[in-house]
Amino acid sequence: MTTHIPSPALESYVAADPGLDDAAVWAVEVHLENCAECRARMAEMAAPPLLALLDDVQVAIDRGVRSGPGPVRRHPWRRMVHRWAVWSVVPWIVTVLSAVLAAFLLDRQFPERPSLVLLLAPVAPLAGLAVAWSRRSDPAWEITAGTSRAGLEMLFRRTVVVLATVLPPLALAGWRLGMNPALWLLPALTFTAATLLLGGRIGVDRAAAVLGSAWVLVIVVPAITSADLPVVIRSESLPVWALAAVIGTVLTLLRAGDHQRAPR
Amino acid sequence: MVRMVTATELRPDTYAWPVEAERLEVKAGRRHLAVNGLDLRLGTGVHGLLGPNGAGKTTLMRALSTVHRPSGGRLTLLGTDATESRSLRPLRRRLGYLPQHFGFYPRFTVREYVEYMAWLREMPKAAIPGAVQRAVERVGLTDRADSRLKSLSGGMLRRAGIAQAIVNDPALLLLDEPTVGLDPEQRVDFRTLLRELGAESCVVVSTHLVEDVVAACSNVVLMDQGKLVWQGLPADLTRFGEQGGTGDSAAERGYTTLLASHRSAK
Ligand SMILES: [Zn+2]
Repeated sequence: MTTHIPSPALESYVAADPGLDDAAVWAVEVHLENCAECRARMAEMAAPPLLALLDDVQVAIDRGVRSGPGPVRRHPWRRMVHRWAVWSVVPWIVTVLSAVLAAFLLDRQFPERPSLVLLLAPVAPLAGLAVAWSRRSDPAWEITAGTSRAGLEMLFRRTVVVLATVLPPLALAGWRLGMNPALWLLPALTFTAATLLLGGRIGVDRAAAVLGSAWVLVIVVPAITSADLPVVIRSESLPVWALAAVIGTVLTLLRAGDHQRAPR
Repeated sequence: MVRMVTATELRPDTYAWPVEAERLEVKAGRRHLAVNGLDLRLGTGVHGLLGPNGAGKTTLMRALSTVHRPSGGRLTLLGTDATESRSLRPLRRRLGYLPQHFGFYPRFTVREYVEYMAWLREMPKAAIPGAVQRAVERVGLTDRADSRLKSLSGGMLRRAGIAQAIVNDPALLLLDEPTVGLDPEQRVDFRTLLRELGAESCVVVSTHLVEDVVAACSNVVLMDQGKLVWQGLPADLTRFGEQGGTGDSAAERGYTTLLASHRSAK
């Protein structure tokens, strides 16, 4: 914008001259929006009654600002929580932390028994995933399900929260017990991916229930009753877990679109 | 602050009908086909969706809001195939939806709630505060904008729900029983708002109140047992009522007459 509005044109604009056609008015307004200099020139041209009115308005606004209600206190943390999770995960966090702690204490007490920390690791994220997606626990479920961030994005955010909650206590327990981190990490990731994958079909809460109970019945109960360390949580199984975790994650990402719709 | 008009807003629509359904089938639950072979075309304006309980109105609204995937037929919304998951994300930015039983987070204030919904619909960050203020003003909740949702009455909650549905200026707005809990004066205000919204976008209002439809809608869609029974102008509905039927008003009599003749024809 090198050429400014010529003074005669600006004067007729200020005076609302009927001779100025729409196209000319638009040209003036577009220039004014972007040029502080011409706005200042226009302000000087304004008729005294307008200036008086503007002064009155200024005084009224100042008074309103002084006597009106103060600014509302914002709750950015509340907004952030909802962008990443739902409130109902809080009791679940407490439960998982206590379960990991109990498993750790028992493992330290009875090192010759199958490790409860390892038996717990795959299913530790499941309850959190179920709660984060449950229609029952999220009151605004239907209203949010039809929005553009529903689906892949909320899937990613909520899974991050669940894993960020579950993995550190497991890591701490595993480290204090001197375990190979892959032994608890890979099964946890595999079960997370499998729950999300199946959940896209039958609902995450149902998928978590199915996979969680299958693990408990097939692996955990026999391991505890027989006191043998099941082969699935021994180091020999690590390559299989690694493969399963990778395949599961890839499939989950490919099928993320399933979560855009309500499961039946 | 001057809001810039974006190129997308000025681009002409490339579709003839904001809502186009052909032999649409939508399940409610696992088996029941609540929408069963529905053919429907809706243009710009306010469409009142009427029908007895169990007609499939709420199920249809869920399909139009893209929450439920149709199990058969074709559904095109704003020129986008709504049966295709891949194309949902950009489509959903242009939708607004108030479900019949809309849940909310009680600790949120009205403003935080509408802001959150604007964020979920991927509005540009800079546009959200202004859009939220405008939506809250349009539903008449300005003085309660910073009250917690749990402190609001039923009618106010409903209006907060309407505010979240209109915050992104949706091209397709779906309101399921929006007047429940509103007092007569609020209902009149709401009808004015509906007419304003219907000037530029396609608004679908599902309701059981025939009077709301006659007062605020430019078009009536009558459904029964998952199918389209009749589609026409409110004035035509009233005209049917002059020939008899049961109800307090001519429109209600028209509604019962049409429904009865549809049922006896089968
Ligand atoms: Zn200039």
